Amino acid sequence: MKKRLELSFDAAMLAALALAPFYLSSYHLSLLGRFLALAILSLGISLIWGWGGILSLGQGVFWGLGAYVLAMHLKLTGLAPGDIPDFMMWSGLDHLPGWWRLFQSPLPALVGAIAIPAAVAAGLAWLVFDRRVRGVYFALITQALALAFSTLLISEQAYTGGFNGLTDFTTIFGRVIIDPGFQRGIYWITLATLALCFLGCRWILNASFGKVLLAIRDGESRVRFLGYNPAAYKTVAFALAGALAGLSGALYILHVGVISPAMVGVVPSIEMVIAVAVGGRASLPGVILGTLLVNFGKDWISSAMPEVWQLAMGLLFILVVTVLPQGLAGIPGAAARLFRPRRKRQEPEAPRREMRKGAAMAAQEKD
Amino acid sequence: MTSPLLSVENITVSFDGFNALDGISLQLMPTSIRVLIGPNGAGKSTLLDAIIGHVRPSSGRVVFKGRDITHMEEYRIVRDGICRKFQAPGVLESLTVMDNLNLAARRRRECWRSFSRGVAGGTYEQAERVLKLIDLAGKRNLPAGQLSHGEKQWLEIGMVVASDAELLLLDEPAAGMSHGESEQTAALIRELSSQHSFLVIDHDMAFVDQLDAPVSVMHMGRMLKEGTLKEIRNDPQIAAIYLGRDKEASVA
Amino acid sequence: MGHAAIIAGQAFNGVSVASILLLTALGLALSFGVMNVINMAHGEMLMVGGYLAYVASRIAHGPMAFLLALLLSFLGATLLGALLELTVIQRLYGRPLDTLLATWGVSLILQQGARSLFGAIGVEVVAPRWLNGSFAVHSGAFAGLSLPYVRIFIVALTAVVLVSLMLFIARTRWGLYLRAVHQDREMAQALGVNTRWVDLAVFAVGTGVAGLAGAALALIAPVTPTVGQNYVVYAFLVVIVGGMGSLLGTALAALSIGLITAGAQMFTSVSLADVLLLVLVIVFIQFRPQGIVFKRSRVMKEA
Repeated sequence: MKKRLELSFDAAMLAALALAPFYLSSYHLSLLGRFLALAILSLGISLIWGWGGILSLGQGVFWGLGAYVLAMHLKLTGLAPGDIPDFMMWSGLDHLPGWWRLFQSPLPALVGAIAIPAAVAAGLAWLVFDRRVRGVYFALITQALALAFSTLLISEQAYTGGFNGLTDFTTIFGRVIIDPGFQRGIYWITLATLALCFLGCRWILNASFGKVLLAIRDGESRVRFLGYNPAAYKTVAFALAGALAGLSGALYILHVGVISPAMVGVVPSIEMVIAVAVGGRASLPGVILGTLLVNFGKDWISSAMPEVWQLAMGLLFILVVTVLPQGLAGIPGAAARLFRPRRKRQEPEAPRREMRKGAAMAAQEKD
Repeated sequence: MTSPLLSVENITVSFDGFNALDGISLQLMPTSIRVLIGPNGAGKSTLLDAIIGHVRPSSGRVVFKGRDITHMEEYRIVRDGICRKFQAPGVLESLTVMDNLNLAARRRRECWRSFSRGVAGGTYEQAERVLKLIDLAGKRNLPAGQLSHGEKQWLEIGMVVASDAELLLLDEPAAGMSHGESEQTAALIRELSSQHSFLVIDHDMAFVDQLDAPVSVMHMGRMLKEGTLKEIRNDPQIAAIYLGRDKEASVA
Repeated sequence: MGHAAIIAGQAFNGVSVASILLLTALGLALSFGVMNVINMAHGEMLMVGGYLAYVASRIAHGPMAFLLALLLSFLGATLLGALLELTVIQRLYGRPLDTLLATWGVSLILQQGARSLFGAIGVEVVAPRWLNGSFAVHSGAFAGLSLPYVRIFIVALTAVVLVSLMLFIARTRWGLYLRAVHQDREMAQALGVNTRWVDLAVFAVGTGVAGLAGAALALIAPVTPTVGQNYVVYAFLVVIVGGMGSLLGTALAALSIGLITAGAQMFTSVSLADVLLLVLVIVFIQFRPQGIVFKRSRVMKEA
């Protein structure tokens, strides 16, 4: 019953999104397209945070790696043979750096946009998780990573376009980007990719992998003492989230046509997390919905009253975490409990002392 | 004569200069039960920690099935055949009772083998068998977080059993259980000792009595005495260090 | 100016940066050690302290006015911290990751509040006359070295705060409570320590010290609504490297990170120094995942 309800909800959402080009203005369609691209990243956050209990405040880095790799390709395809991008000339370079050349043809660029962030994520995760550093420590390390990544992009202007980033793409895979038909095509491609990623995530979460991941969130030690290596599972989950982030970033720039350090730093990274929290961190359809709502909300408020956006965002953070930790996806359950005739309540809330003990123990392990 | 399943050889574990274990040794034969008792802080839990790799001894070694496991990674020690129930119940709260057991019973614990949906042959039957054994069949689909304290204890014992390890370490399995429950637990352990070896810590002397197994007394990180519970009870030296403990036990 | 003087000057710069870093990180490390809480709005306490010092310096004049500003910064940030603890933090005990997000929300609100009140452009606090000038070396190996009094003052202030906190924790009854809660919360509670009060006090004093850091920072850099953001990420790294709830570890970590950053900046750019620092931290936790100072105790090992 619950399964069928969920399924029909998912199907209705997919149908409404697939038909969007026929009822949305091109402006709103372009917004929707880029937010759907972001939702792919959110699926990854749900995987690591909602299921694995790993909070990353640096997903912008992996997203940015994907975006920059594809942007480099787009930048190169727009050039006449032998030319180099304008910002390189301004910075005094006279030939293309070797590692840029890697992404001259589309296939390496597409593969790289997914594989490079996944590899970086895997490397970082392994180094940290294998040493049993986790929880708050991991969150803080990823935040430092986001800061380092964005300052590095800004300072290496000759290679990254600096503060302005990479922009002015004209063609992709031989098609003109601003063509409306092309826009529509990109929209459907984004939606189809999202749907595939959604199914893929659901599949691995229903497999043993998902159960072990959830078990690690509940009690990492217990899982280790059942003979599993939590670091391996967490690393794979984090690499998957990195791959999803890279794919999301690559798709995103097809919609907006620009990538810059301001889009990948500390603040955007944490905004990505809050969108997931709003939707409901452990619910895949929930995080997609949350991403759309938060981003449309941001677009609406920040164009109407820019100074209010930050306040609204701050309040949203506090409220979601304290009042609605399950996010929007938790509302149906809560409502059902509210309206169901009094049933014997299962296990009253754990006494605070016990919760604190759990916290203290988690901290003591620092692992 | 068969060789011992587990042999703890002269291990020392120290925390900030304080020796929690002070050159302790212990041998355990296959399919046998050994009970560890001793006052609080005697180092009983630390001994289990050292066996399963949770703390590392500064000297001495732990040999399991003829292999030195002193510096092996914890999860590898478990795969090798030692499983432990911790003092505080450690069930996986958001998974169902059955999933808890399935996870424990799985043989294919490597990450790259976890992407299949089905449960490997044998795993499921094993979990089903244990589910009946611990009498939770009626709650198989309930999240483990919703079980009562006693049921959680049982579930965790069940998980350890489901892992099918040769050596099972139980840290206070009967804590918080009613008299009847702890009797059942003792019977279960005795029954399973035809296939597994057990190293059990407990303070409840009635429970220890029901286990009907050799007892080792620990005190200040050392092995004080080994013998039957009766011999231990009649030992004046142990009575002296145990006086406080005995009072507590009779109150509880 | 000889090499020795340049290196000594840069090292002193590193120490003074490390001082502010340490003042910022002290509160974080304390509340993390005792309550397992990381407050993402901690940087904004620094910002609030800076603005309070600015306000005080506009109102009061005279040679001792700056000391008054310091006091105001400390008290103001302490009060704000207490308010934050009572309204948000205490609801989220046992959920450290959610605390991160909620306090990030608080930091956004505080930043926007400062922007509305003082504008986005930085304000300056003019150092009192007795801090003008610098200590100059004219002869010997360090000839040409000049150490501004302001920076000397900041280093001294940090030393005073650090030593008094250490004495407070080691010698007073409240310090004893704090150590008890840090070691074993349940046990302390059972023995009659009011852990609620300890948590509140630790958190509030921690934010108060961050407020002091803000006032000190205001002497050498303009105060902006986002000034806290720039410092707090490094303060987080200090906590990671320093070890849980250890003042000594935090001090050593702050000093190392300050000196490494100052050293790296001599050879590379600021941004490369950032990347280098992060790499070093990750390398560091390969060897000492528990931080510089880590006390193993019986309670620590329970799974």
